[in-house]
Amino acid sequence: MSKNIPDNDFEIRSLDATCINDSELVHPYWYNLKYLITGILFGIVFVKAEIISWFRIQEMFRLQSFHMYGIIGSAVVVGAISVFIIKKFKVKTIYGEDIQFEEKKFSIGHIYGGLLFGLGWAITGACPGPLFAQIGTGISVTIVTLVSAIAGTWVYGLVRNKIPH
Amino acid sequence: MIEWIKQPWPWYVAGPLIGLTVPALLLIGNKRFGISSSLRHICAACFPANINYFKYDWKKEIWNLFFVGGIFLGGLIAAQLLANPQPIQVHPALVNELKGYGISDYSQLMPIEIFNWSSLLHLKGWLLMVLGGFMVGFGTRYAGGCTSGHSITGLSNLQWPSLVATICFMVGGFIMANLILPFILR
Repeated sequence: MSKNIPDNDFEIRSLDATCINDSELVHPYWYNLKYLITGILFGIVFVKAEIISWFRIQEMFRLQSFHMYGIIGSAVVVGAISVFIIKKFKVKTIYGEDIQFEEKKFSIGHIYGGLLFGLGWAITGACPGPLFAQIGTGISVTIVTLVSAIAGTWVYGLVRNKIPH
Repeated sequence: MIEWIKQPWPWYVAGPLIGLTVPALLLIGNKRFGISSSLRHICAACFPANINYFKYDWKKEIWNLFFVGGIFLGGLIAAQLLANPQPIQVHPALVNELKGYGISDYSQLMPIEIFNWSSLLHLKGWLLMVLGGFMVGFGTRYAGGCTSGHSITGLSNLQWPSLVATICFMVGGFIMANLILPFILR
């Protein structure tokens, strides 16, 4: 496996990505369980606040409810305050690593891709996160939506060099 | 207590909890909150097909797959143990509109009248699930992130490209929900 990893691994991993692993530390695999637990808590919030509901998404895009706007808005406020505190006081991770933030570069893909995702979001009632939670709640047919989203990502990888950025 | 948890949670409880995911992931391992990348890691792990975009060490990002695995389990736990016994409450105007499309079952978070296996055989169900899912997967990667990576993490870090992306998400959603979806559902 390791001999197949190219030298520019980090550059490739960073392409069109928000959440790349910045940590240089190498841990045993079971350290990943803390992300599993964070995900579980997050998934419970998704279901209990009905964020994964197709109905709630329809309400949002018809301006019939403040619910989703309140969630995204208050999440951004809390997130921004947290990021501000981390930057201001140079807070480190629990392993003592520095936390770095990267400036995003604009690409025309933010517009084209953003519009395309918006169209899909309103049809399926799901962004990528809620897809996983919808399957968990027992609506098994959303597996099809997830597989299709994986296929969409794959086709993007295939044509990436042929479309404008 | 458990009765209170079973009710739908208001936005001012859920929103801050989601916002706290950003510092939580940074503090426990220097990870940036974003979910759509998991779809790319699945491609890289399962079908890289010699495409340059998928030729990277996905094992470095395996935390992201644990995270979405957790979201799946969280959905399972919430549905099995903490489910709200009441049907979902939505705006009367939406109820009225959806009734015209034959949607009247609010017992699940999704309208199971259209989101079911047999409706995949019809154009409507195929558009909703297969085409819709494809647009979500292609669009989020083209945009470099989804609601979590751009609208939460990116905006929290005051990145203007993320604001542009978020506005485009919303514009796309408004167009689909108000102008196109009514024709698909009809």
